[in-house]
Amino acid sequence: MLLSLFVVNKAGGLIYQQNFSDTAAKLSSNDYLRLASTFHSIQAISRQLSPAHSRFGFGIERIETDTFVLQAFQSQTGVKFVVTATPETKNLKNFLRRLYELYTDYVLKNPFYELDMPIRCELWEVMLQLAAEEHQRSAS
Amino acid sequence: MELRRFTQSAPKTSNTTMSNSEIAKRNILDRPLTRNREELYLSTFSFLFAEAVQYLQTRVQQVSELEDKLNQLGYRVGQRALELLCFREKMNRREIRLVSILGLIRVQLWKFLFNKSADYLKKVTDREDEYYIEEEEPLVNRYISVPKDFGQLNCAAFMAGIIRGAMDSAGFTASVSAHYIHREEKSRWNAPVTIFMIRLDESVMNRERQWTS
Repeated sequence: MLLSLFVVNKAGGLIYQQNFSDTAAKLSSNDYLRLASTFHSIQAISRQLSPAHSRFGFGIERIETDTFVLQAFQSQTGVKFVVTATPETKNLKNFLRRLYELYTDYVLKNPFYELDMPIRCELWEVMLQLAAEEHQRSAS
Repeated sequence: MELRRFTQSAPKTSNTTMSNSEIAKRNILDRPLTRNREELYLSTFSFLFAEAVQYLQTRVQQVSELEDKLNQLGYRVGQRALELLCFREKMNRREIRLVSILGLIRVQLWKFLFNKSADYLKKVTDREDEYYIEEEEPLVNRYISVPKDFGQLNCAAFMAGIIRGAMDSAGFTASVSAHYIHREEKSRWNAPVTIFMIRLDESVMNRERQWTS
């Protein structure tokens, strides 16, 4: 089951947050911002741990705990999609790919969206909800 | 003299010996008009259109002005689109009646531009000079969500401009505007449908009346 989604811009600022389930942890909006930028920095640091210098890896991709998993995906332009879910959830990688696709369509092609600013697009929300439901169905 | 010198220095390949790929490499303005219509990626168009809207936004003060500008932009496209359509489809008959030009726009022009005909063409019940074309999901609005502070702005004003341009160059002066209409039972995710309100000029209506009588 999906829990929450974070979209982080290339500077580490949170531009979108959404909970998919009532069981997801509820934090204040300031905490969400802090969490997003902390994860952004940790990911950047983790990249330096790589034994081979690589232009392609982007650091932590997945964190597993007893109660949830966190899966991250970073686009070429540095926008990060981070989703948390319950441990047994499958296909998170594909789900993030799908979100990236929706982001390029419904956010970047919207003339009223300013790059790196918080996402406030009606269609993106609708499509995101549909994608989450679809994922839920395919996983169950 | 100048012209002759130019033609002499031009490459010797003539039109007849050129392969298709060679024609494609040439400047778009040098290509023959009769060639078949080319498909365009929706993404390419969407980015261009988004850029146009953003550009216009910097040049206007009010939302209504933005709508006007989009309409004007479409007008120029409409004028040319009708001309090109008639030329390519070899439509030698000139439409002189109101109903037939509206039908031409709904079906042929729409297919030419958007690869589908418009959903409905209807007459406003109690008005003689008003018609509307209904489109559930206008192509230009596919990826656009208008923020709340832009009020009732509909970027399909561009398409309204296309209709106005085509009608005007066919001799049917009209004002065309795009509006959102909420029709809950119909569209996907309760999204509003778009209607293009066509209000014909008095002179056009007078002409129509003469022919009918």
